[in-house]
Amino acid sequence: MQRLKLFIPLIFFAALAIFFFVVQKQISRGEYDPQNMPSALIDKPLPEFALPALMSDDIVRRADVIGQPLLINIWATWCPTCAAEHTYLNKLAAQGVLILGVDYKDETEKAQRWITEKGNPYRWSVQDPEGVLGIDLGVTGAPETYVIDARGIVRMRHQGDLNERVWTQTIGPLLEKLRREGSS
Amino acid sequence: MIDRLKNIVAIFALLLAVSAHAAIDPDEFDSEAERARYQHFIADLRCPKCQNQNLAGSDAPIAADLRKELRRLLKEGQSDQQIVDFMVARYGEFVLYKPRFDRNTAALWLAPVLLLSVGIGVIGVIVWRHRGKRRQAADMADNVSDELTVEERAQLSQLLQADADTSAGKSGRNDA
Repeated sequence: MQRLKLFIPLIFFAALAIFFFVVQKQISRGEYDPQNMPSALIDKPLPEFALPALMSDDIVRRADVIGQPLLINIWATWCPTCAAEHTYLNKLAAQGVLILGVDYKDETEKAQRWITEKGNPYRWSVQDPEGVLGIDLGVTGAPETYVIDARGIVRMRHQGDLNERVWTQTIGPLLEKLRREGSS
Repeated sequence: MIDRLKNIVAIFALLLAVSAHAAIDPDEFDSEAERARYQHFIADLRCPKCQNQNLAGSDAPIAADLRKELRRLLKEGQSDQQIVDFMVARYGEFVLYKPRFDRNTAALWLAPVLLLSVGIGVIGVIVWRHRGKRRQAADMADNVSDELTVEERAQLSQLLQADADTSAGKSGRNDA
């Protein structure tokens, strides 16, 4: 028994080492990112907004976009990951996924040029130069993508780029489920 | 050489001075009380992007935005509770450096108390055991002297006497 007591620190150390190793593995495989925070808006209604459209002089409001499941994509021309993500968003748009693009803390002209050059995956595009909607949504940076259901409830937030893996593992299945909920 | 080194040190010192003041925004407060509340909030609210910096210490754009938002809320005359609720509604409990006590944070709040009482408990047990052992040893020592009967004492002093005699005799012989 006394002997066993001597090994307590070693056992403690080994347990910690295993724990850190597993977490590190998850980080390197991209399954876990310590920078990602759970959104405070999950299962809460999408905040009200009325923002100028990016490609026209209209004002886009919350009521204009709610009605079917959609994605809200926070992007900016100053964000390199957004450029990488854009190609994939174009692909999703071609499949009929509804996306509201929020041009976050950006310059209008640069953003318009970006859309013209890279293609427009957004069903709606708004500008949020001051990051007002950003703060209401709890945005911490770009890119971020929110999944909104037909009733306008926030169901999920993804921080970082939206790619094939994220789509097939989380966002795609959720959106499919929300569509079925809506039609039934 | 030394002079050049001094220059380099001076440059770095200047750079540090600049970065230390980078997060301070132009002040536009109506009163000293408002400024004090602002300072209190930026010290106590965490930047949601940088994980372990408060709003005062962070250069992240989101921290600047939140400081601006905070100034707006203060100007509107919102209460402390309203401001905290505003931040938590958008960024979650994470933004509070002092999280509120609830089911999720119970472990966080209670762990120090629990660990402290475990520590005190362990020390208590060790001290108690140690005392027990010492008392046992003392008791044993007392028993030894008590157990000697009158005859035994006589025998003991006789033995000691004999020993003293032999050594005295030995030394006497050596002297001769």
